Amino acid sequence: MQTNPNHTTTFTGQDLHLSYGGPMIVEGLTVTIPTQEITAIIGPNGCGKTTLLKALARILIPAQGKVEVNDINIHSQPTKEIARQLGLLPQNPRSPDAITVSDLIRRGRYPHQSIFRQWSSDDETSVDMALSLTGLTNFSERLIDELSGGQRQRVWIAMLLAQETPIMLLDEPTTHLDIAHQIEVLDLLKELAEKNNRTIVMVLHDLNLAVRYADNLVAMRDGKIKTAGKPNNVVTAQMIHEVFSIQAQILQDPVTGSPLCIPMMKST
Amino acid sequence: MITIALIFSAITITPILAGFLSSRREKEAGPFISNHVFGLTFSLILVVVTILISLRFGSLQITWGTAWNAIFDYDPTNQGQIVVRELRLPRTFLGLAAGSCLAVAGALTQGITRNPLGAPGILGVNAGAAFAIVTAIYAADIVTPEGYVWFAFFGAAGASILVYSIAQFGNGGATPVKLVLAGVVVTALLGGWTTSLLILDLETLDEARFWLAGSIASRGTDEIALLFPIIIIGLLLGVALGKQINILSLGEDIAKALGQRIALIRIVAGIVIILLCGSAVAIAGPVAFVGLAIPHMVRSLVGPDYRWIIIYSLFLGPCLLLGADVIGRLVVRPTELQVGIVTAAAGAPFLIYLVRFTKLSDV
Amino acid sequence: MHYLAITTPTLQRSLTVLVGIFLTIFLIRLADHIQPRQYTFRWQNISSRIQLRVVWLSLGATIVIIVLTGIGLIVGDYPIPASEAIATALWERNGEYDFIINSLRFPRIVVAILAGMCFASSGLIFQSLINNPLVSPDIIGINSGAAVLAVAILAAGGSTEHLPWAAFLGALLTAALIYLLSWKKGISATRLVLVGIGINSVLGAIITFITIKYPIERVVAAARWQAGTLFGASWDDARTLAIGLLILLPSAFFLTTRLKILQLGDETAITIGSKIERDRLALLAVASLLAALAVSVVGPLGFVALIVPQAARLLVGSITGGVLIFTALLGGFFLLGADLIAQRLFAPVMLPAGVITATFGGPYFLYLLARYNRAN
Repeated sequence: MQTNPNHTTTFTGQDLHLSYGGPMIVEGLTVTIPTQEITAIIGPNGCGKTTLLKALARILIPAQGKVEVNDINIHSQPTKEIARQLGLLPQNPRSPDAITVSDLIRRGRYPHQSIFRQWSSDDETSVDMALSLTGLTNFSERLIDELSGGQRQRVWIAMLLAQETPIMLLDEPTTHLDIAHQIEVLDLLKELAEKNNRTIVMVLHDLNLAVRYADNLVAMRDGKIKTAGKPNNVVTAQMIHEVFSIQAQILQDPVTGSPLCIPMMKST
Repeated sequence: MITIALIFSAITITPILAGFLSSRREKEAGPFISNHVFGLTFSLILVVVTILISLRFGSLQITWGTAWNAIFDYDPTNQGQIVVRELRLPRTFLGLAAGSCLAVAGALTQGITRNPLGAPGILGVNAGAAFAIVTAIYAADIVTPEGYVWFAFFGAAGASILVYSIAQFGNGGATPVKLVLAGVVVTALLGGWTTSLLILDLETLDEARFWLAGSIASRGTDEIALLFPIIIIGLLLGVALGKQINILSLGEDIAKALGQRIALIRIVAGIVIILLCGSAVAIAGPVAFVGLAIPHMVRSLVGPDYRWIIIYSLFLGPCLLLGADVIGRLVVRPTELQVGIVTAAAGAPFLIYLVRFTKLSDV
Repeated sequence: MHYLAITTPTLQRSLTVLVGIFLTIFLIRLADHIQPRQYTFRWQNISSRIQLRVVWLSLGATIVIIVLTGIGLIVGDYPIPASEAIATALWERNGEYDFIINSLRFPRIVVAILAGMCFASSGLIFQSLINNPLVSPDIIGINSGAAVLAVAILAAGGSTEHLPWAAFLGALLTAALIYLLSWKKGISATRLVLVGIGINSVLGAIITFITIKYPIERVVAAARWQAGTLFGASWDDARTLAIGLLILLPSAFFLTTRLKILQLGDETAITIGSKIERDRLALLAVASLLAALAVSVVGPLGFVALIVPQAARLLVGSITGGVLIFTALLGGFFLLGADLIAQRLFAPVMLPAGVITATFGGPYFLYLLARYNRAN
């Protein structure tokens, strides 16, 4: 994979106040995302994780506060330029009717294209790479409507890959995927962070997968960050109880050595 | 003038107000009207008031006394009383009948197409009736209102049956999407043929254009009286279908899981819609908007329970139709504005309100 | 005393139409066999991707249009030998058939092609933007807006000279009104459609009112205009359409990339670097102008804008610049064909082309539906 010439130096959200036009969902939140690492945002439903991700991705304009990449406010940069820095995989993305897999992935190259440079060799290489990394090379001419939910998810991930941004934001990227593909996608993201210096932020609902793959964990509840830091330091039974309101035992994962969360059931 | 202003504001502002008030309440508080004894009584009173207004107001100025006497103490020599009894009374009945039919049919259409824009016109009723009438005028020289009635009825029925049959093709039967698409095609097709007939012959156009505007004046009441049994049956069946429509509107998978025989219900609902719309269009010609607006207004007052939506539509439909008719009588005195024109004109403020102040699901 | 003034079409003509229909279906099947293949064009920093299948089909459509033009010049109420017809159209200026060919038939053919191109491309943009097979420019009131002013002028007895301008103005004002009313921090498809329906309803009421109020002789002219017809098409009309297309079609062509991004949904589009409201407005403006242009010249010919993009999509897939061109050509072919049928089928009576588009468009649309349903 090509190394990106644009290294991200900083990625921060400062004093963010976020709402969708009604009551404030997030108030006064400040977060520093470590660059060239994987950060996972976890928390119960409705805690504001997607809202935060959307603000970081430039979709939601903060009522107050700012998001900065390399110390420049993302809203003050020209949109195509910021699109070359920041990419997002939204939850439940909507695909237009009757297009092929390769067609969709190609659209991810938009920020790198212009009226005259419509299909450069870079574009072609990126798309081929994206296809092979997600295992979709044989599917490239299939119609998206014909694919299963999991396959479709991988197509969207491939589109994000083709966009080749140093910062990748993903909202629940493992939905609809079976366990094999979940591991495959997360392994790929880990490789991108380590070997390609990408900064990855993802919202995950599976706590244990988040703990395994993240270098940095951000736990949210009620629009506030309850705790943030390395999973080894941060994941304790007390934290789980504070954030998720369940009792759990913390063991050591026999495979990776990271904390493993075992929730307690009512009957035990 | 005051009356006009009052009635017009009533028609356009009521739904806006109702929706506004309902949305302001806490979500847990439930529909606006939950005491249905109160609600139904109020609706009934509204209907009676509308009837009285319809009898009292019109291009000929009469007094309340005259109107009263016309019904209860008839004096055949009094011109005012003659107008009330011979013209306005039948007109009012027709308005009641057409209004109820359109409103209930509209509620049913919205239920089975699961589309907030559902109106009986989607299923081709108006286009079918128009085509039948124009053909009748063109080829067979039928010009009396009595003659129109049966052509309109069977034209409407024929077109809807065609739409249903087309939608049945392929897997899944008459799904909402296919119904709407088939409706569009049939409407366009029949519309094209109707237009060509109208253009080809001046006299046909001259005759037909009045019917096509939608009106309940001078409509051959005797013939229409024959439709009344059909209307009664349609309305009763419509009300009875309320519970089934509730289940149907939950979606096919859930409905099937609950044991509903979807195809059967759709067909029965379809038949009822055809009976009601066919009658309404036979009586009044193509009147837009009543079938679309009343179910929405009612829904914002009583909530999403179709059993109540249908019943209240039955009462409030005539109020809208007769109200529009009265406005039509008053605004351009001494001539009249057809009720179809008035209802269509009221469409814009209502839909724009829907768009700006509510959350509608995707079309 | 009425009798059926339409004589039934002669056997010969009916056969001709049927043959034409079968030929079209055969050609469509043939087109299915052309494999999709890409060709990338690169020169220094300039690069572009071309789908060969679209190129072949566009070429085919152009040839068909030329053939139909020839037929249109030759065939008609007044018999003209073929060679003379073509010669008069192309180079001979003072031949004996000059009036018929160059003032009646030729301009009508050209206007049909150009108007069809406008309608089809407009419809393609709307359907791609709003992702609903039922959407066409009618939705946002282009037709009823144009009709209101046109009908008002015709009924009031005004001259037909100003008709195209009035119609154009009416169409654009209505479109602008609908946009403004549905703007709520941006334009959503649903809101646009709903407001469109509301405004259409009101305008329809006004038109009905006019139809009733005025004497029947004037109303007939208005009714005829409303059906959409190419009768009386002139070189001025052709010129107007050509200029409009020259400006708008290339604009649309360059906007197709942005359209493709908008199709991904608002969130994805923003993160990919699209300025969604600006792009959406630009596309809607171009599409509305195309439709308004066509309606002002030929009247509200529905259905072309609805059907042709669907047909094109079945043949060449989802929108690209090349697909836009092909759709436009297909629209030109469709309207020209419909007009020729409308003139000849029930000769000597001339039907408005709008009737033919509805009559054939309807069943064809159902055929498309059936294919779509079977594929799912």
